[in-house]
Amino acid sequence: MSTSRALWLVGIAILIALPTVIPTYFLHLVIQILIWAFIYTAWALMGRFGFVSFGHGAFVGVGAYVPALLWTYWDVTPWLGIPLAVVASVLLAVIVGYPCFRRRVVGHYFALVTLALSQVVLLSLVAAREITGGSLGFTQKTVGHSWYALQFPDKIYFYVIAVMLWLAGLWIWRWIDRGIGREALEAISEDEDAAAAVGIDVTREKMRVTVISAALTAVGGAIYGQYFMYLNPETVSGIAVSLQIVFAAIAGGVYSLLGPSVGALLTLSLTEGLRVWFGTNFIGAANTIYGILLVLCIIFMPQGIVGTLQRIRPQRWSQAKPVAAKESVTT
Amino acid sequence: VDIYLLEAIINGILLGGVLALLALGLNLIFGVVDVVWIAYADIVMCGMYAIYFLYAEYGVPLPLACLIAIVGVAGLGVLVHLLIIEPVLDSPPLNQLLATGGLLFFLQSFATLLFGTEFRNIGVRLPVLEFASMYVSFARLIAFVVGLIGAVALYVFLKRTYVGTAIRAIAQDREIVGLMGIDQRRVYLVVSAVGGALAGLAACLLALQYDVHPFIGNTFGPVIFMICVLGGLGNMIGGFVASFVISQIIAIGGYYSNTELAYVFAFALFIVLMFIRPRGLFAP
Repeated sequence: MSTSRALWLVGIAILIALPTVIPTYFLHLVIQILIWAFIYTAWALMGRFGFVSFGHGAFVGVGAYVPALLWTYWDVTPWLGIPLAVVASVLLAVIVGYPCFRRRVVGHYFALVTLALSQVVLLSLVAAREITGGSLGFTQKTVGHSWYALQFPDKIYFYVIAVMLWLAGLWIWRWIDRGIGREALEAISEDEDAAAAVGIDVTREKMRVTVISAALTAVGGAIYGQYFMYLNPETVSGIAVSLQIVFAAIAGGVYSLLGPSVGALLTLSLTEGLRVWFGTNFIGAANTIYGILLVLCIIFMPQGIVGTLQRIRPQRWSQAKPVAAKESVTT
Repeated sequence: VDIYLLEAIINGILLGGVLALLALGLNLIFGVVDVVWIAYADIVMCGMYAIYFLYAEYGVPLPLACLIAIVGVAGLGVLVHLLIIEPVLDSPPLNQLLATGGLLFFLQSFATLLFGTEFRNIGVRLPVLEFASMYVSFARLIAFVVGLIGAVALYVFLKRTYVGTAIRAIAQDREIVGLMGIDQRRVYLVVSAVGGALAGLAACLLALQYDVHPFIGNTFGPVIFMICVLGGLGNMIGGFVASFVISQIIAIGGYYSNTELAYVFAFALFIVLMFIRPRGLFAP
């Protein structure tokens, strides 16, 4: 156990030292990876129990747009805008999630209902083109360096924010792992009816993890919006973003703490690397290769994916449990 | 009666014809192979590009270009089944969904790589018909009529031919058909080809009305799933009826507000209907 704690300390030391040694361009990449790693981790909080949501693009969109619009048009500080975005996301998650869980909409029916949710947010953003600029996107009002507006031209600030956010995401994952809710959720993901029969409040347990997941995703979206300043409905909401989240998290592995983060690291570095490699003459080349890899990954690594991992899961978690209990202090 | 509302309703019915065709194709594949092709609308996009290049770039006569596109997309359907679906046939439904989702990523980016992101139009200008001082797009009328003919042809194929009977048998009971001497794999291939051909036919009809671009699948793909789920996945009649319900909502919604909000309303209604009837509107 002490080796893994040592590894954590080394990892955090590297994260602290990183901005002093790498050029700004790479820092920009690392910030993006950390923000998305946080969002993927938030998705996997649900995804690892077999609740595969294709609707998280909706929460990223709400998270990114609510504070940005409030700030740009009504001068509301993001310090208020972000909590409002979280409230809006949670509301959305409850409105769609609660009836889904009550009515036992599961499996790919659940995936398709949540897919509709991400389209609802995307199309609403496009439809409100007077204030959001529609498909052309919009740029937030900039004021330079400001804590009040949460805008920092110097990337180091967002680096620190992104690192803290990411660590908080991992900590919440551990917190859920340690709580009694995890056993209940595990039981539900094995067999809902059986879980209900032994007295587990299926709807409540699912609702709790969904609300946490949606709230965190909205925070991730908000930080993304504050960092990039330019928002486009297609890049923060809709089916494309939802699929991006699902794929990266699953490719990395949803059953281990660092899985979704590894997914973010791999997919974003791959996309960026291919983009640089092929240059702008071949737009789409990067994603073409990415798409092929995704299909191959799902066909030839079924071990890495939802159903088959469920078989290995029990022993994996029984190993992970004591680690989780001890490491809670470090993170 | 408000003449513009009536016009919107008629256009909605016409839109429903093409959506019904696509819903039939997706439902056929789901009902038989038991896999949801998330990338179905992107296969239609491939067909639209085929027509665009054959007709607008290489001067192939339009009917021939359409025929080639239909056959080509049918072939693509078979290819998709062999390369992507077959290896994941025994995987959990979510993995199958993700495999075809990867295909969606691939097709969209590959089209971007090959053709760029610009919107292309085949440049056929069909007249707008005036009927009792209402304006109806001729292209939509053709799409509606051909869509219905396609649906009837599919019905006849399923009811009157040996292969059609085998297909219906598999949809009813996957386990027992092997004992009846039906080659399951061959039926799957036929279904994928027919599903592809329907996508190709839809591509011909859509190419007359819309510009083709790599992401056109995203505009109507989600609508088709919504229709199929609403009608009950695999339920042909349900999907057919749901196509017209949804197209009416989009048309009338578009009349009262704008197209995006009409879609928002349709998706929201879909979510609500799923809570009321989780297995589809027409589930037994």
